Amino acid sequence: MVTYIFDGSFAGLLTAVFDSYALRHHEVVLVTRQEYQPAFSGTVCEIRSDEEKAARVWKGLEKKIGGRQCHKLYTVYLSEDTDAFRHLFGYARYLFDNGGDRLRDYGNSHVLAVEGYAKKVSRERHRMKAFVRFKKASNGLYFAVITPDFNVLPLIGDHFKNRYADQKWLIYDRRRQLGMYYDLHQVCEVKPEAVTAASVSVQAEVTLDETDELYTSLWQDYFKSTSITERKNLKLHLRHVPKRYWKYLPEKGF
Amino acid sequence: MSERIREKLRILADAAKYDVSCASSGSNRKNTAKGIGDTGSGICHSYTEDGRCVSLLKILLTNHCIYDCAFCVSRSSNDVKRAAFTVEEVVSLTMNFYRRNYIEGLFLSSGIFKNADYTMERMLRVVKKLRLEENYNGYIHLKTIPGASEEMVTEAGLYADRMSINLEMPTEAGLKMLAPEKSHEEVRRELGVIRNKSLQLSDERKVIRSVPKFVPAGQSTQMVVGATPESDMEIMYIADHFYKSFSLKRVYYSGYIPISADTRMPVIGTSPPLIRENRLYQTDWLMRFYGFEIKELLNGDFPDLDPAIDPKLSWALRNPAFFPVDVNTAAYHAILRIPGIGVASARKIVSARKFGRLHAYQLRKIGIAFNRAQHFMRYADSPVQLNEKDPAVIRQTILNNSQSKFRNGLNGQLTLF
Repeated sequence: MVTYIFDGSFAGLLTAVFDSYALRHHEVVLVTRQEYQPAFSGTVCEIRSDEEKAARVWKGLEKKIGGRQCHKLYTVYLSEDTDAFRHLFGYARYLFDNGGDRLRDYGNSHVLAVEGYAKKVSRERHRMKAFVRFKKASNGLYFAVITPDFNVLPLIGDHFKNRYADQKWLIYDRRRQLGMYYDLHQVCEVKPEAVTAASVSVQAEVTLDETDELYTSLWQDYFKSTSITERKNLKLHLRHVPKRYWKYLPEKGF
Repeated sequence: MSERIREKLRILADAAKYDVSCASSGSNRKNTAKGIGDTGSGICHSYTEDGRCVSLLKILLTNHCIYDCAFCVSRSSNDVKRAAFTVEEVVSLTMNFYRRNYIEGLFLSSGIFKNADYTMERMLRVVKKLRLEENYNGYIHLKTIPGASEEMVTEAGLYADRMSINLEMPTEAGLKMLAPEKSHEEVRRELGVIRNKSLQLSDERKVIRSVPKFVPAGQSTQMVVGATPESDMEIMYIADHFYKSFSLKRVYYSGYIPISADTRMPVIGTSPPLIRENRLYQTDWLMRFYGFEIKELLNGDFPDLDPAIDPKLSWALRNPAFFPVDVNTAAYHAILRIPGIGVASARKIVSARKFGRLHAYQLRKIGIAFNRAQHFMRYADSPVQLNEKDPAVIRQTILNNSQSKFRNGLNGQLTLF
């Protein structure tokens, strides 16, 4: 059993797959540097992210399972979960060893787990398409702040670009300090300017468009009126809109 | 100004909420020329406290109505506040909600004022303004007004993604009793107009690519269940007939919520038939996605669904000869008939078994409802069983070992909290 320590990047993960073949390690435990805790025994191997090695593994995977399935693997990586990283590692090795058609071998634990994580991330991506609520600023910008469970912001840019082609918008992931901004031409990633620890963070005040409050309350009214009290079923309601999402939703009083 | 529009929205959203359809999927309208909106697989932007999806801004243009249908909250004899939106108001509500990502689109219905064509013409003005002036490509579900002229309905089809007209009651007799001005014949006529035009245009599209879109998300209808004394068999046979003759995308079943003191219907305060509604939807799904014929599920010997168990399990218990099905060898459609295995799991099983026989631990992980399915299937390590199990025993075992969301509702026991 060999422990691989990698930096948590996608390239690092792919490099680990490459190295495991180069070094002929069959039994590998993958761990990120952040989570690594030295053990008494066992071999430890530090993986250095290498773009070239990563690209070779990625190309090999694309050849075996196609671009679409590879994209799915990338979405699994966005779950930011070490267990998912381990399954991706195992998945890649399983397919390289046994052939690309194994991607439908749902009896295998890696294949099934990767499908499961892909579904989880996809569900969160879908929720962000649904639960993002824009506010309109006085300068015409529509903006929203989110804190998704997984890093799904890169996956929803195109959706909002196709939908809101004639309005400027900004979606900001507060947890990961990453934003997507559309300027009527293209979507680009934006990051807040680095703030030194000493400087007091000043919350920039945004002035809202004068009609914004009216439409927020109209939406809240609508939400109330469209509910049928005789059929009230809060258990079902909570299953569809878990409480952690309420912070996005003006109709839930936020 | 803002108070007035808020009141209108409250009245006209409240009156529209009994239309259950909120689907926003199935259309393929794409954003053109840097306009706003596009449609795709549909998104539920929120859920009401009764657990229904909020995908569309569902409103009536007005709740003034010349008809007096006993089951309808906007009936002319009902003493409720009346209101009417202007065309501009509906358009600006839709656009502003859409731009803030509150909704997928607009669901526009209306009470009938003056006459059918007058009402339809106003609704047509709303959708035309949205599509032609606002360059809006989001979803539009338009209710066809019964009795509207063919030209008007056909023109609306050029701008709407989905159109629907409600059967209201499952049988003609029931409808005649509660809504003498309406008839199923009328519904057939309107559904037929859209169906024929759709067929005609899709034929033309094969030759000329630029033929305009026409109701790309198809048609749907709705029936109220539990207001009149139909059996489940009658309801589902009607649904099946409409699915087949008008290629409907959906039939909705709406459990009747008493809103009237009319003695011909359940009294106010009676709880809506939620279990029955659920079982009807399950039957509908079995018809559309599981390859069941409706006469297998409901027939003269078995005219009403069993409220205690789902219709697929019920069918399985009535047909023990079909089981057990071996998941490692049986055809896909046979696996689909095993209670506890759905479409996604059945597909996974068929793919996975190419790489080796499937065992219990794998089937559990794939996500089937193993406790239910085990009585009806064989797998690589299934226990040896000599005699056939009695369906009545299986039924009791499953009921004892499972938790139904309706358990409390069925035995009438009150929950403590």
